[in-house]
Amino acid sequence: MTVTVVLPGALRELADGRPSLALDGAPATVADALEALRAGYPAVYRSILTETGDVRPHINVFLGDTEIRRADGLRTALEGDVEIVILPAVSGG
Amino acid sequence: MPDTPIGHALEAGDVLLMVGTTKGAFLLRADGSRARWEIDGPHFPGEEVYALALDQRAGRRTLWAAPGNPFFGTTLRKSEDGGASWTDKEEHRVAFPEDSGLSLKRIWQIRPGPDGDPNRLLVGVEPSCLFETEDGGDTWRPVRGFLEHEHRESWTPGAGGMCLHTILQDPERTDRVVVAISTGGVYRTEDGGRTWRARNEGVRAEFLPDKHPEFGQCVHKVVHHPDRPERLFLQNHWGLYRSDDWGDVWVDIANGVPSDFGFGMAMHPNDPDTVYIVPMESDQFRCCPEAKLRVYRTRDAGESWEPLGRGLPQEGAYETVLRDALDTDASDPAGVYFGTRSGSVYGSASEGDSWTLIEGGLPPVVCVKAAVVA
Repeated sequence: MTVTVVLPGALRELADGRPSLALDGAPATVADALEALRAGYPAVYRSILTETGDVRPHINVFLGDTEIRRADGLRTALEGDVEIVILPAVSGG
Repeated sequence: MPDTPIGHALEAGDVLLMVGTTKGAFLLRADGSRARWEIDGPHFPGEEVYALALDQRAGRRTLWAAPGNPFFGTTLRKSEDGGASWTDKEEHRVAFPEDSGLSLKRIWQIRPGPDGDPNRLLVGVEPSCLFETEDGGDTWRPVRGFLEHEHRESWTPGAGGMCLHTILQDPERTDRVVVAISTGGVYRTEDGGRTWRARNEGVRAEFLPDKHPEFGQCVHKVVHHPDRPERLFLQNHWGLYRSDDWGDVWVDIANGVPSDFGFGMAMHPNDPDTVYIVPMESDQFRCCPEAKLRVYRTRDAGESWEPLGRGLPQEGAYETVLRDALDTDASDPAGVYFGTRSGSVYGSASEGDSWTLIEGGLPPVVCVKAAVVA
């Protein structure tokens, strides 16, 4: 199982310039994956989630083609090799 | 993207105008004559900047800014080189404790602490709370007595959000601080932030069934002068007030203004009796009365007010000046400055007697802070 988090351009400077981050371990949910990312890249984590652990209002988190708010939110389960894609929403800015 | 700002090397005697907009910050600099301004920016392009400050204590020339990225959140940033470079996003992190159930939406005010305590600063944020640092901004913590205030559940957001936008400190007693929140009203601590009492007696709340509640008023701005710090002036969501006792009792001073609705309020730097406001027509039509852009000035602590419109548009001026978009510098004669939601910045080098357009075509202006570089 490989879980990769794909970052938008604006967040890459917070991840040593990397466009994506491959996560160690086998996170079971999107929340677990982002928590795994937090240790190495706390600024990336805080740019995606608020202090209360909610996805920021104008950030979309996709698992495949599905935005997780249309699935089970941060509790959405991960199975097999997956990409979690972080994208700014059209509603911001 | 715009060109990278180059920053200004700040020199003693310069007047610095820090302008925050919904799409970045601009720094304008003039010499003491204030006849010609150089502009630099946008800093933080695309990000709203509601709070800016220049901290000149202990020989510093530290710029502070609070850019809010619409996607990735609000950060607090510092520059020691006039804006040529800013610290990283994580260096001065302001955040609510995870168990508070709150998350930072916006920083509304950055206030350097007393001169005798140069590593202390305060910031006011949305949702309404006060944060403090004792190490020059490296680490921040919420003021617990305010974070856990029993009234918190009753505070509600105004149109701008539920914000703590005003921080006033007693220059003689560091444990006395006055803050104002919208909505919620004025609160004062006498014990360094452990406890806070609502101080709104006499201030109307037109939008509530009870027009004079203990708290819940929509206070837009409060100012005071360090030479007479106990006397506070307040621009309310309907109402102009003065208190002579740190907010214990407020009296109406809307004497001769076209409207007592407005947002911005600024203290004269050298005269404790002189205050500036920019009235708006009403809560239903938040533009200049009669479409005339006029600042109003009192020179007698609110007994009377005079319009100041020379050099400002006097017809078709459907302008709005927000709560932190009016300020004065410490020159003699004092400079007075304001910015509009239509992106214009006006200034007066004559204490408001006459005005010039300093800059136009900016994004909506939400913050104007002026300082003379020491």
